Amino acid sequence: MTEISSDQSARKDWMSLMAKTPPGRLADLCQQAGLDWPGDWLRPPEVGSVMVRGRMGGTGAPFNLGEMTVARASVRLPEGAVGHGYVQGRDRQAAGWAALVDALMQTGRAGALRGAVLDPLAAEATARQTARAEKAAATKVEFFTLVRGED
Amino acid sequence: MYVAVKGGERAIDNAHAWLAEERRGDPAVPELSVAQIREQMTLAVNRVMAEGSLFDPDLAALAIKQGRGDLIEAIFLIRAYRTTLPRFGATLPVETGAMACDRRISATFKDLPGGQVLGPTFDYTHRLLDFRLAADGGVDPAPRGAPAAGSVPHVSDFLNREGLIQAEPVTDEVPPDLTRDPLELPASRALRLQSLTRGDEGFVLGMAYSTQRGYARNHAFVGELRIGTCSVEMEIPELGFAIDIGEVTLTECETVNQFKGSKTEPPQFTRGYGLVFGQTERKAISMALVDRALRWRELGEDDQGAPAQDEEFVLYHCDNIQATGFLEHIKLPHYVDFQSELELVRKLRREAGAEARQDAAE
Repeated sequence: MTEISSDQSARKDWMSLMAKTPPGRLADLCQQAGLDWPGDWLRPPEVGSVMVRGRMGGTGAPFNLGEMTVARASVRLPEGAVGHGYVQGRDRQAAGWAALVDALMQTGRAGALRGAVLDPLAAEATARQTARAEKAAATKVEFFTLVRGED
Repeated sequence: MYVAVKGGERAIDNAHAWLAEERRGDPAVPELSVAQIREQMTLAVNRVMAEGSLFDPDLAALAIKQGRGDLIEAIFLIRAYRTTLPRFGATLPVETGAMACDRRISATFKDLPGGQVLGPTFDYTHRLLDFRLAADGGVDPAPRGAPAAGSVPHVSDFLNREGLIQAEPVTDEVPPDLTRDPLELPASRALRLQSLTRGDEGFVLGMAYSTQRGYARNHAFVGELRIGTCSVEMEIPELGFAIDIGEVTLTECETVNQFKGSKTEPPQFTRGYGLVFGQTERKAISMALVDRALRWRELGEDDQGAPAQDEEFVLYHCDNIQATGFLEHIKLPHYVDFQSELELVRKLRREAGAEARQDAAE
């Protein structure tokens, strides 16, 4: 894959975070942050599918595994910034909010939005991942060998 | 001859009204919500996503409710819905080596980096009915442990380093897609894997079992079985780079198979591969066994004439929606077809009777 700049890397991180947010959560945080539902769509929110691929043997040549649902939207702010939203599932609202946040993160409001929307989402995602990892860790087998006889 | 038959409309409407009532069951019993099905019938939801070939737990749960728990009916609904969606593109291949594993076991190595993690498994339960679940279902929280830092490498990587297992050639070619082009034989391995991962669990299980019982036996060990969550990345044209567009639960099974070598290949271990949406362990192991059996040609093995080696037989019969569509259509009106059959049998009997009378007369 081509190298991406640090700006692109930061954008990739917030877009990826919003893509994996549970239904409704992004809308809640955006509304709490006082954002208005955008009106100037480059691409109004729409639902579609993408084909998910795997690799043979986990590391080999690609094959088609099956599709997943995705919602997406693109928005242009009056000041010119363009934002894109891609989220898992069929939540058009979430796609619209994700596009708006992506656009606003390229403006002077980035700091405020990070605190109001992105940081809580990141903390919740980490908590979900940690909870599962901790439960998995508790089911890890600790082998021990029984030594028979005396030497 | 075509005979238009009308007059079924009222009966059909009334049948569907009764279907809705039967689906609901006794109104004195609270109605199931889609969220309840999604959260508490998870493995059914996973099967519908895998065989419906669409990862969307809410839709799968809705389909199960609409299908009254008939999973093939639910899969049919998902497949039909899938065709209404515009396709935005294809993802980068999921990196199963980076999976957040709920479960990861190996039947070939006891001690391995990342360890043996059992996860939420039915294994080691006694398979005795638990009547506490019929009462109220409070559960104690599951114990927590300290997750180990570091990645959980694939077991096949260890064997690969020693050169003892057949390598998986890495390419980035665009794989063929069953949902866009009809299946043609001989099928590439990419097409076989796509077909098997959405194939009927019962059919793929039966085929896999036949290889264990001796029909194209190939001595499979489960090198590794892992279940967990993988991020799904897609290149976004308007951005010029890839982002995560979601995450999917996957079950991956890699088998390690004994292989004495052939005219073209040295003695080494070979692989079978299963990768399926959701927590779908039985299906993923079955898929890996059938994948390995179907690879006889590329590995230079003999055709033993076993059903699991016959890609036409396996691939053309593993899809339960194709199968049920053709099977169930024979219950629909065939009045005219049957009328002609009836005429034919009567005619043959008249002729046979005439011959018999003629023989008797002679």
